[in-house]
Amino acid sequence: MSILMVNEYADFNTLKELLGVTDGNLASHAKALEAEKYIMIEKQFIGKKPNTRYMATKEGRKAFKDHIDALEKLIQKG
Amino acid sequence: MENYLKDIQDIKKMMDRSSQFLSLSGLSGVMAGIYALAGAYAVKQVSSFGSNEYSAGRITIESYTFKLILLIAAAVLALSLTTAAILTFRKAKKDGETVWNSTSKRLAINFLIPLCTGGIFAVLLIQNRYYGLIAPITLIFYGLSLINASKYTVRDVRYLGLTIIIIGLFSTAYMGYGLEFWALGFGVCHIIYGAVMHFKYDRKQ
Repeated sequence: MSILMVNEYADFNTLKELLGVTDGNLASHAKALEAEKYIMIEKQFIGKKPNTRYMATKEGRKAFKDHIDALEKLIQKG
Repeated sequence: MENYLKDIQDIKKMMDRSSQFLSLSGLSGVMAGIYALAGAYAVKQVSSFGSNEYSAGRITIESYTFKLILLIAAAVLALSLTTAAILTFRKAKKDGETVWNSTSKRLAINFLIPLCTGGIFAVLLIQNRYYGLIAPITLIFYGLSLINASKYTVRDVRYLGLTIIIIGLFSTAYMGYGLEFWALGFGVCHIIYGAVMHFKYDRKQ
């Protein structure tokens, strides 16, 4: 989510490289996020090659921001 | 408590990594500055050679001196870019990052658009014989390119850009000292900011 917050979109390989996870790992986490409607998955073809893009949704951004706010509150309390 | 702090730090780090190209080597800035100063010195030597052709910045396109100056400028540019590429590549490897990825591509494009505009503008100026404006224009456009690129890499580049723009504006006000302002902007500034960047970022991790 962090990556998608500051970038308009990110493709599969970029995410994989930045997060250092396996294909399957990334795919399953992405599916979970999509199920929550936090991200949008766009599959297309660039020439012949398939390309998958991920974008944060409005709900996703809000949820992320709430998460950060909650973390900050917890830090301030402690 | 520790974990929450670390969470936020990780989030911020990931945000930076995915949107900014952090492997830019500060040392390459220092080297570029040194090359620029050497180049400026060479140009000074070359210009005081031809006695009649050169007087306070009036050199014709066809003159040998001008071609030599162009050659020196090209050499400085080539050396600076090559050094920057090599040092940045090494830094990226050391940090475990790739050099050519989506962030560096965005950095390159956003840097090159204003830069090439400035370059073409300067060439057109030369063709129309507005020699006095060349140094200011190149400085200003270079500064603008840096500011545009700074969004996609370390923030210090932004301040370097601002400084160079100011120098460029000063050189417009005080025409005739193009070479000196050029040396100040491309030489001294690069050395200072490059050194700052090097000590701030290149030593970490």
